[in-house]
Amino acid sequence: MIALLLRDLKLAFRAGGGFGLGLAFFLIVTVMVPFSVGPQSDLLSKIAPGVLWLGALLACLLSLDRLLALDWEDGSLDLLATAPLPLESTVTIKALAHWITTGLPLVMAAPVLGVLLNLPVQGFQWLLISLLLGTPALSVIGTFGAALTVGLKRGGLLMSLLVMPLYVPTLIFGSEVARRGAEGMAVQTPMLLLAGISAASIALLPFASAAVLRVNLR
Amino acid sequence: MTLTVTDLSVARGGIPVLEGLSFALEPSKALILRGPNGVGKTTLLRTVAGLQPPLKGQVEGAEDQIAYAAHSDGLKPTLTVAENLTFWASVFGRNGIEQALDGFDLLTLRDRQAGALSAGQKRRLGLSRMLVTGRPIWIMDEPTVSLDTSSVAMFAGAVRAHLGQGGSALIATHIDLGLEAEVLDVGPYKAKPLALDDFDGGFL
Repeated sequence: MIALLLRDLKLAFRAGGGFGLGLAFFLIVTVMVPFSVGPQSDLLSKIAPGVLWLGALLACLLSLDRLLALDWEDGSLDLLATAPLPLESTVTIKALAHWITTGLPLVMAAPVLGVLLNLPVQGFQWLLISLLLGTPALSVIGTFGAALTVGLKRGGLLMSLLVMPLYVPTLIFGSEVARRGAEGMAVQTPMLLLAGISAASIALLPFASAAVLRVNLR
Repeated sequence: MTLTVTDLSVARGGIPVLEGLSFALEPSKALILRGPNGVGKTTLLRTVAGLQPPLKGQVEGAEDQIAYAAHSDGLKPTLTVAENLTFWASVFGRNGIEQALDGFDLLTLRDRQAGALSAGQKRRLGLSRMLVTGRPIWIMDEPTVSLDTSSVAMFAGAVRAHLGQGGSALIATHIDLGLEAEVLDVGPYKAKPLALDDFDGGFL
């Protein structure tokens, strides 16, 4: 399992591995928003939590189509399926590697980009906490979407359409935590729901991903 | 560990391709599959490897015993030869890749990126993966594609050594490997086209 995680991380950091793709996209979106909205700092600080969350979600979505497709194309997915590692752990490790290479950099970049959007000071910690809680769910749900579309050439469009609705609850509660935090309100309820979504996704979806992967490998 | 296949029917894309196939593969034995293109050799191997369920019949003794080598080698172009092989060794819970590198004459290439290898070298790396799995039953699909004569001899030697250690091999190939192996022609087991007995005549 650790070997697979290390291999995926190594592949992501080497040339053409796609590390930084999501991060660069996130950076572009959040840097461009002030230009398109205009220099109204009160408006920007109001929409900042939502924009940051949406940017993080889209950046996550962008990197999903490489998650399993590359392994499928070069045949390693077939070989992994016949290896002693159960497919459930394979997809869990894949999701974890995706989170480390995509989700975690987004979490760490978000406070810096929050400055560009004039995010209120008390909002920074809640933005960080909400992203930290929510991005694992994005990776696990995304892995499920990638598993569903793994056999399809250029399945990115279908995958985006399938994953989008599944991302909605995470987005709603994640940005709600960040928004309430920024406005100095109580964050407990949306935060518990966000944590619940993440925990449930992590606990259940690897089994679903492995099941659809078995069907797709036939 | 004997691999037993009883009355197996396999389907590709929902269409039956082979039916009524039975054979047993005992330790230290090799079985060569032959048959024309499209007859279902790959489908049969994938079924035996557990990648797809059989339409009918049983495969026994394959669970956690097989190492499967497909048409594609599952190599990552940005990892070096040694990194690729070490990864597969640790997935199968083993260490030590030197013997496998040596067996397929890859020692001089160990720090080369897999993307920079020739087709034959890639194939040799893919085949050396079988050595690091430590699994007793090798299932190989056209293993000699893009290998030259001396590499084929190298591969035959590796299979012979594997059989000598009590392993077994199920190989689909068209060329003569020079192994003392049984040959199974799957052509006669070709599935008959489905009779359209559920055709709804009244619909017309």
